[in-house]
Order: sequence, then C-alpha cells, then structure tokens
Amino acid sequence: MRGAVATSATRIAWLRRRRAVTGAWRDYRRSRTGMIGLAVLVLAGLVALGAPLLADEGDLRAVNAIDNPSWAPPSEFGPLGTDNLGRSVWAQFVWGSRISLLVGLAATVLAIVIGTVVGISAGFVGGRFGGVLMRGTEWFLVIPFLPLAIVLAAVLGPSIENIILVIGITSWPGTARLIRAQVLTLKERLYVDRSRAFGASGRHLMGRHILPNVMPLVLANTTLTVPIAILSETTLSFLGLGDPTRASWGKMLEEAFRAGAITREAWWYFLPPGLGIMLVVLAFTLCGQALEAILDPRLRERRS
Amino acid sequence: MNRRRVIGKILASVGTLAFVVCFNFFLFRVVESDPVGNLYRGRNLSPEQREELRREFGLDGSQAEQFARYVAQTAQLNFGRSYVTNEPVIDEIARRAWPTVALVGTSALLSALIGILIGVVAAWRRGSKTDYASTGFTMATYSMPDFWLGMLLLLVFAVGLGWFPVGGIVDPATGGGLERLLDQAHHMVLPAATLTLAYLGEYALIMRSSLLETMREDYLLLARAKGLRDVAVRNRHAVPNALLPVTTLLAINIGFILSGAIAVETIFSWPGLGLATFEALSGPDLPMLQGLFLVFSAAVIVANLAADLLYSYLDPRVRTA
Repeated sequence: MRGAVATSATRIAWLRRRRAVTGAWRDYRRSRTGMIGLAVLVLAGLVALGAPLLADEGDLRAVNAIDNPSWAPPSEFGPLGTDNLGRSVWAQFVWGSRISLLVGLAATVLAIVIGTVVGISAGFVGGRFGGVLMRGTEWFLVIPFLPLAIVLAAVLGPSIENIILVIGITSWPGTARLIRAQVLTLKERLYVDRSRAFGASGRHLMGRHILPNVMPLVLANTTLTVPIAILSETTLSFLGLGDPTRASWGKMLEEAFRAGAITREAWWYFLPPGLGIMLVVLAFTLCGQALEAILDPRLRERRS
Repeated sequence: MNRRRVIGKILASVGTLAFVVCFNFFLFRVVESDPVGNLYRGRNLSPEQREELRREFGLDGSQAEQFARYVAQTAQLNFGRSYVTNEPVIDEIARRAWPTVALVGTSALLSALIGILIGVVAAWRRGSKTDYASTGFTMATYSMPDFWLGMLLLLVFAVGLGWFPVGGIVDPATGGGLERLLDQAHHMVLPAATLTLAYLGEYALIMRSSLLETMREDYLLLARAKGLRDVAVRNRHAVPNALLPVTTLLAINIGFILSGAIAVETIFSWPGLGLATFEALSGPDLPMLQGLFLVFSAAVIVANLAADLLYSYLDPRVRTA
C-alpha cells in the first residue's frame, strides 16, 4: 500500500518540494541579517495582531480623551504621552501598525499578482500580444510613481481600499519585467519541450511547469516589494490621501505635522510611528535580500 | 549608435508622452462631476452665468470636442486655469519650478558626489568596518520616509538648536542682492540636507556593487602587474569604468528633480512644485494637479531618453551593438 503511494508522481513531486523548502530554510537560517529581519517582523506581527490586548481601541477617539491633558509627554496618561487632543499616542501607534501592515501587505499581493500574470503571459505567449504587454509595462515604469499614485488617489478619493488599489496598480511593473526575463529562460528548458511534445496545452505548461519554477523568485520579490508599499502608504497618508477614519503610521505623522508637533518639540508624537516604519521596512528588506540570495537562480549561480 | 536607433528612441519617448496626455484627460474626466458648482458653491448663479463659466473652464461640448480642445491647448502649453487662484496653471508652474530646481538640483549633485565617495571607499575596503558602517547607514536612510528624516532635522537643528529657520525660502525682512541670496541659502540647508541624505544611499550602493564588479576585470590585474600603486589603480582604472551605471542613475534622478520632493517641500514649506502639489490636493484643484502630473511625467520621460542616449555614447559596447 505505502509502496504504491510512494511511486505516484504527485507524491514524488510533493516530497521534492518539501525537501526544497527545508533546504531553503536551512540556508536561510545561516543568514544572520535575515534572521534579525525575521525576528523584527514576528514582533511587528504580534503587535498588530495583539493590538486589542496592548491598548484600548476606545483611546483612539477624541471624545474619550477629553479629560486628558493635551501634549503630555510620556507619563501616566500613556507610555508615549498624548497628542494635541489628549489621545494616547501609544494606542494610535499600536492600532496604526495594523493599518500600515495591512495596506503594505495587501497592496503588495495585488502588485505581485498583476506583475506575475503579466510577466508570465508576456514571456510565455510572446509575439505581438507579449509586445503590447511589455510596452504597457514600460510605460508604467517610466511614469513617475509618486505623482501617478497621487493623482490616482486624489481622483478615487481617500479610503483604505483605494489606497491599496493605488499602490497595487502602480508597483507591479518591476515584478512583471523580472518574471518575464525568468520565463524566457525557463521556456527553453528541455522538460518544457518534452511536455509540449506529449501534447501539453499552453495552459498546462504555464500552470504546471512555468509557474512553480518562478514561485521562488516571486516570493523573494514579494518580500522586497512590501517595504516600497509601506513607504508609499506613509507618503500618501502624509499628503492627506489616506483613510481619514483609520489611524496608520503615516496618518499619525500627518496629524502630528498638522498639529504642529515639531515646533512644540513633541517628539513622542512623531518619533514612534517613524521608527516603526523604519524598522519594519528594514526588516522586510533584510529578509528579502536573504531570500533572494537563496532563491534567485542568477544570484545563486554567482555565489557558487 | 546609429541615427535610426536614436530616432526610434526619440519617437518612443514622444509616444509615451502622448499616452500620458490621453491618460491625463480621461483620468480627470472620471471625477470631473461639476467643478463649476463646486467652485461657486453657495453663490447664486443664473443658468447663463453657469454656462458662461463652464465654457471658460472648457467643460462644454461633447467628450470628443473636449478631448480635441484639450490636446490642442496642451500642445500650446495651455493647461487651463487653477480653480483656486484663477491664474493660468502654466504660469503658476513656471513660477514655482525654480525653487524646486534649485533645491532638488543641489541635493541631487551633492548626494551623487557623496554617495560615490562612500561607495568607492566601501568597495575598496570590502568587509572592513567602514564598509559595514556605510552599508548600515545607507540601509537605514533608505528605510525611513524622507519627510520623517526632515522632521527629525527640523526638530534638532531648527527648533532645538535654532541654527536654521523652520520653513519658507526667504525672510521677508531681508534686503535685496547678496543678502537675499545668502538668506535663501540659509533656508535651503535643512531641506537640501534631508534630500541629500535620503538619496545618497542609492548612489553608494550602486557605486559599491559596480566597483566590486569592475575589480574582477583582467585589466585591473594588468594595471597592478605593471606595478602601479593601489591609489592609481583605483582612481585611474577602476573608478572611471565603475562610474557608468552611476551616470545613468544620475540622469534618471535628474528627471525626478521636479517631482522628487513633494513631501519634503511640504515639511519645510519650501514654495516649489512639491508644495504646490500638496496645496492642489486639498481643493482638489484639478487643473493644477493635471498640469503638475503632465510636467512631472514629461521631465522623467525626457531624462530617461537622455540617460539612454548618454549611456550608449559613454559605453562603446552598447554603441556598436
């Protein structure tokens, strides 16, 4: 019984994939910077998920903060002091981490999906269709990213869905180009020829042979796109294009700036969100670089 | 590179620009519900006056007519009038371009210069403490929002120590001539320092990896074998060749000169195109935003073309290919 299962093709493929994942993890653990990045990300994830345990959501509302002094430095009114309305900065920081991470991750997923689909289609189908796709990609690459995101966000109106949409549809072209280049080399491999000779359809080839082989690259690229998405969310929110009803780290910086926290030297208001962004962005970059060194075939060849 | 390829590249850029113009039209027509009504909200307008205003803003006629008129006007650099000031958008943009060019231009050159120096030192002493320190520094500046860095500099050097003004471009009480120029330079120190710090990491990283790549070339081995000193090998043989990718980066970044400092100009109330964008957003002043987006995109497209042509001129391997 067991022997029969072990010989099935899916099981072999499954075992091979599991071995590849454990192998990659063993390589990853050797990268010290990668492990530091991962630790920071786990911490940030715990803060975001455990927000209800760390701070009361009601503290975010100005109505509930009416008895608190405004501009109080770190004190009994909050471990990070209060803002101009007397709200706890700590509560905003903790709850803001949720929105910042959510927008960063969701926008990245959107960008990666578009980029992968466009990259695989352009690379695999090629011809005039691929040419048109790549021209579109180049157009998006040339147009300055921030002004494009700003006009899109201004036109669509400020909401959390729109900001995800805007960052997603402005950040995919780099991924598309990377994936296309990889697909172009994969397409020439013998196993693709073999499968085609057996009569495999284009869809089968793309789904079964091309996609699994670009997945490692997609993963590394995802980790490197999140920091860009988070920084974009910060800038757009700072310019007043974020969701006005929900605090994110970028929104905190906007409100601190508008309320005049700098001239009041209220460092406790704008230092924490900036540090949070910096640490999370740095952590994603470190993880991404470590993953890239393991998973990107071009870098791997150079290393050995 | 032969003439045909140059012409081809120029045509491609013109095509990209044309696409931006179309995109700009349709994007802003999506939202343009009733700007006249919004602008004159609360005022009693007769239907005739309303019609008159609609014509003035170019909002009458069918979509196709509007599009044709828009293209013709854009070709003559007529971007319409601002909803807020009622001045022609192009005048407003021209007036506010200079502060931005001065600020971002200075920062672009400074960051390239300092970034290249850091990159050279880091690559030449690879694995040393200097290398780790500079890589750590560039990673940190890359990871922070540029305007947040500006907020920190403001807090320390303007509010805390009082060395520099907290914002603006010139003190209204200042006289003319040299005194005025010096005051403007004084106002520019903090925003320029912010942008320089924010940009230089990119140059340092690219210069470092490019020089590391160059250091494996055979001609460096030959230069050493000839008995040249380390410094001579570095400055005369390695660095000039490694500079190639950096020049491209610089040319591309020049394209971002107009749009590169939107948030940082806001922090320092620097009256350039970035602050103009921020102000236009609060309206929203749609003709102004539309004009700004077009100008920003055009700058990047032209700079990309220049970078492309420059690269093929500088690198003979590309030139003959």
